[in-house]
Amino acid sequence: MQPQTDLITLIIDGFEITVPKGTLVIRAAEQLGIQIPRFCDHPLLSPVGACRQCLVDIEINGRAFPKPQASCTIPVENGMVVKTQLTSEVAHKAQEGVMEFLLVNHPLDCPVCDKGGECPLQNQAMTNGRGESRFEGKKRTFEKPLHISSQVLLDRERCILCARCTRFSKEIAGDPFIDMGERGALQQVAIYEKDPFDSYFSGNTVQICPVGALTGAAYRFRSRPFDLVSTPSVCEHCASGCSLRTDVRRNKTLRRLAGNDPEVNEEWNCDKGRWAFQYTMAKDRITTPLIRENGVLREASWPEAIAAATKGLQGKKAGVLVGGRTTVEDAYAYAKFARVALGTNDVDFRSRPHSDEEREFLAAFVAGSKVRYSDIDVADHVVLVGFEPEEESPIVFLRIRKQVSKRGLAVTAISSWNTRGFKKLGAKYVGVVPGSEANAISALTLTNQSVIVVGERLSESTGALSAVAEIASKSGAKIAWVPRRAGERGALEAGAIGNLLPGARPVADAAARVDVAAAWSVDSLPATIGLDSKAILAAAAKGEIQALVVGGVDPFDMHDPDFAGLDSAFLLSLEMRPSAITERADVVLPVASVVEKSGSFMSWEGRTRTFEQALPESVYQSDLYLLSLIADSLGAPLGFNTVRGAAREFGTLANWDGARTTFSRKSTSASATTTVLASWRQLLDNGSLQINEPNLSGTARKAVARINAKFAQSLGVADGDLVTVSTDHGALSLNVEISDVVDNVVWLPRNAVASQSLRMLGALNGAEVKVRKGL
Amino acid sequence: MSKLTPVLSAHWDERDSHTLAGYQRHGGYNAMKKALAMDPDAVIQMVKDSGLRGRGGAGFPTGNKWGFIPQGDNKDHYLVVNADESEPGTCKDTPLLMANPHVLVEGVIISSYAIRAKHAFIYIRGEVTHVTRRMLQAIEDAYKAGFLGKNILGKGFDLELTLHIGAGAYICGEETALLDSLEGFRGQPRLRPPFPAIAGLYARPTVVNNVESIASVPAIIDKGAEWFASLGTEKSKGFTLFSLSGHVNNPGQFEAPLGITLRELLELAGGVRTGHRLKFWTPGGSSTPIFTDAHLDTPLDYESVSAAGSMLGTKALQIFDETTCVLRAVLRWTEFYKHESCGKCTPCREGTWWLVQILRDLENGKGSEADLAKLLDICDNLLGRSFCALGDGAASPIMSSIMYFRDEYIAHLTNGGCPFDPVASTLFASSKAGA
Repeated sequence: MQPQTDLITLIIDGFEITVPKGTLVIRAAEQLGIQIPRFCDHPLLSPVGACRQCLVDIEINGRAFPKPQASCTIPVENGMVVKTQLTSEVAHKAQEGVMEFLLVNHPLDCPVCDKGGECPLQNQAMTNGRGESRFEGKKRTFEKPLHISSQVLLDRERCILCARCTRFSKEIAGDPFIDMGERGALQQVAIYEKDPFDSYFSGNTVQICPVGALTGAAYRFRSRPFDLVSTPSVCEHCASGCSLRTDVRRNKTLRRLAGNDPEVNEEWNCDKGRWAFQYTMAKDRITTPLIRENGVLREASWPEAIAAATKGLQGKKAGVLVGGRTTVEDAYAYAKFARVALGTNDVDFRSRPHSDEEREFLAAFVAGSKVRYSDIDVADHVVLVGFEPEEESPIVFLRIRKQVSKRGLAVTAISSWNTRGFKKLGAKYVGVVPGSEANAISALTLTNQSVIVVGERLSESTGALSAVAEIASKSGAKIAWVPRRAGERGALEAGAIGNLLPGARPVADAAARVDVAAAWSVDSLPATIGLDSKAILAAAAKGEIQALVVGGVDPFDMHDPDFAGLDSAFLLSLEMRPSAITERADVVLPVASVVEKSGSFMSWEGRTRTFEQALPESVYQSDLYLLSLIADSLGAPLGFNTVRGAAREFGTLANWDGARTTFSRKSTSASATTTVLASWRQLLDNGSLQINEPNLSGTARKAVARINAKFAQSLGVADGDLVTVSTDHGALSLNVEISDVVDNVVWLPRNAVASQSLRMLGALNGAEVKVRKGL
Repeated sequence: MSKLTPVLSAHWDERDSHTLAGYQRHGGYNAMKKALAMDPDAVIQMVKDSGLRGRGGAGFPTGNKWGFIPQGDNKDHYLVVNADESEPGTCKDTPLLMANPHVLVEGVIISSYAIRAKHAFIYIRGEVTHVTRRMLQAIEDAYKAGFLGKNILGKGFDLELTLHIGAGAYICGEETALLDSLEGFRGQPRLRPPFPAIAGLYARPTVVNNVESIASVPAIIDKGAEWFASLGTEKSKGFTLFSLSGHVNNPGQFEAPLGITLRELLELAGGVRTGHRLKFWTPGGSSTPIFTDAHLDTPLDYESVSAAGSMLGTKALQIFDETTCVLRAVLRWTEFYKHESCGKCTPCREGTWWLVQILRDLENGKGSEADLAKLLDICDNLLGRSFCALGDGAASPIMSSIMYFRDEYIAHLTNGGCPFDPVASTLFASSKAGA
């Protein structure tokens, strides 16, 4: 905690209040419950004093300012006496005057404006404005709307030029692609002629716009705010843990907004979290249970499907693939189902490239740990390795950037490509060939105030996580492991992994097993450490495992998955939409999406983020309910069938105070001298939760192959030329963009439509690839 | 004995007054030599003692402004000269720089030395190309003479002087907007604090002074603070340029002590256009509340003008005789403010947009007497409510003109339009009359 700063005592409207030094008058008034009207003021943006709506009368030690002052720009002082519109006729008239000015050029189109009903201008015109306008002249008009990106539209005539959007883009997101242009009443928010509003955070400008000038293309003209039912929710897209608000009308999600959580996402979120939710309403949602009969899936009743699932699992050696998108409660149900109903530790949430080194690392350093956003706030140095925060966890990016802007936080990025995101953080870029990260990590000098932020894909670099563990134990630096998917950290804590039981209890530890067995009222738990996802599929292919329970996994997210196992074993799939799993499944059970159930996600911090059901009339059931039905039917009940029940039971298991698993260090393999691949997912790509969002996908970064100028020259290609990257597995062709990538490395998007490096090339980071000019 | 005290303008009548030779013939750059032999703090003290107040309009004591620059802070300091003269009626810096650019260069050297600036900037109005050329020549000549650049006069003082040409926005005369513009941003006023003295150009301690203020410094150094302080009034010391324009027989610059009256200045300028009488005038450019013939004997110093309800401003005395429609003049000014409003704050941006529409209607005889009350109320909501002083400037002429000429406003309504013949107020009308 920061030490308490000096306190200032002042009087506002006759009430004395004491606040920390540096507090703005408008904030101090808020603490007294006095609402001074405002537009340009935003607590997370720097003061600008442009709209002049918050004028108040101020005197200091008996000396009055000659004219009303903007309370959003004036810090409190001892001896200050503030009179707001409530006690000062001058302030009251000044505010009415400014409000009347604001309405001079503002159109009276509230009945067709998206903002109508939740509009700060509308509301404050009612509370602090004149009843009637005296303006009888001509308003200025503009052509409308202006597409400042595929997802943000600008109606300039509605704009009151408060500069919230431009300040957000410049100060918070670091994407200054919108700015004011022209002057006087013709001043307007503008984009550069050739650069649209290219920002992953653009939706926040729509949310903080105090009028209807900025609207989201997907929501525009869809609804009235007073027809919406709002539910506090949590973002399911990544591990940042953003608080959201889901707005529903007649059982349909119409929009999502960033929630206000100062400890996590403050008031921001990314465009994916805001605008990717159509998948829950996809036309191809699986609505009834399906059973394969004569090679074809047919609809089945619930009792029939549960019976078929039970039959398929009964008496078989089974494995469980959980996927990284389950809620904590669902993951806990899968973890318990594997142990209690199937009698195995062969359960893994990692439906992506993974390694044993990673599993040991997670058990030893991540499970149960509590590194927070607030650790970034006080860090002396943040190291990013195997992690591009803007692409892979945007709110982590914003938080680091906040500290960079505020106090010049030192950031080091160990990567193969110096991305725009790294540059916006002013990061010291340490270019490494994929696979040799360990050396760069070991070369760092850190302190116990440093934070090493590790991405999930660092598991692809053998020895790198070991190097992280070593430098952290040597320096006392904190390790923040940031997976991409929202469910991974929760699944780790819930024990949906082969080497851990719930609450970070090592499977290998007999006392831990006894602990959990007692809580679960079973005699014993399997003692053998389970297989990981890839090994489970391989075992299934060999017939060592004869049944698979798969929840929300796309096998193409994995490296070189063994489809033979999926084909040969009995396959129970819990899914929302048809996938490569349901194609092969023997029984398919439809499950609820996040808006259709309650539950919680655990953010990368290990912070539990609980959300309520936004669509109470949904017919879908959560995974845990379906698992409980099957478990009952198998004669090994889970002991709960509700989210609350699962959460309560998991809560009792949460703290393991016994010994942690030990971590055996892996040494790094030497880096290749040939051309190797670097690849990761970008925020907006071909992800299955981003379907049916044409406006959102319009702002995805273009899929290009990135190589440096030297490499380009040796290939004889220039910017925009086509290159083909190939392996024994396959090939893909993309246009080149010459970038700040290390020598002999080609960077490719991991999951763009035209560039799915895992599926098309079968190649992990550091894999040898061939690059040639042309097709 | 003439009331004139030509100092800056003493040699404007010489053909080569703008050249280095012409300037040095009358002791130019001697003050620089004297100043560079002094302690910088002594230079600041001398300017403080002289009582010199900013000639750009606000009248802030120049020496005090320099004293706000933190010394020994190991930061670069900057001097920025505001030569973005663009207010209607204001026309003193342009002729000064045209006739005597070296006095500004010398003033810049002394002032920069005093505040420990190693780089000075002159932000000049872009439209005055002829002045820009002279200024560039003067700076080049000063470099060649060793008055600028490294180790000036062997005193170990380095100074670079950059002339920056503005792109033609009135708002860039506002000192913080000027700094933004100089840094390459859109010219819009900055939030204060921090004041330029703490974080000005490139967030470094910066003094921003008007051309005439800086140009007055060499004479103070040369002739002494007591000499300067002996001129003018008790609180408004020294001489200054008064610019008479409009309906006056000999318009131009009149350099005289502060405290002179319009009556005296009109005598020097050959009086109001022959055959006509004074109707109203601006004491300090279009943004200062207007005066009438009742104010002929108001001393033109900061305090007296303020006490009479206006501001000395830039001492731009625009003279209007009885042929001028006050509403027409005010409307043209208001159109200027609407055009030049930067758009940052609501009252100025929207207020000027609205005021122009009402004034246009009134000029065409549309509206009612109630519109005058509305006009005044809008001005009341604009004056002192805007982000910078530009909004105040837009309201002042309207409020003052209604105060003095309410009947004339109403005459537009009863007459169904402007009762004046606009031709009568033109220059060609008087030349015709004279012929």
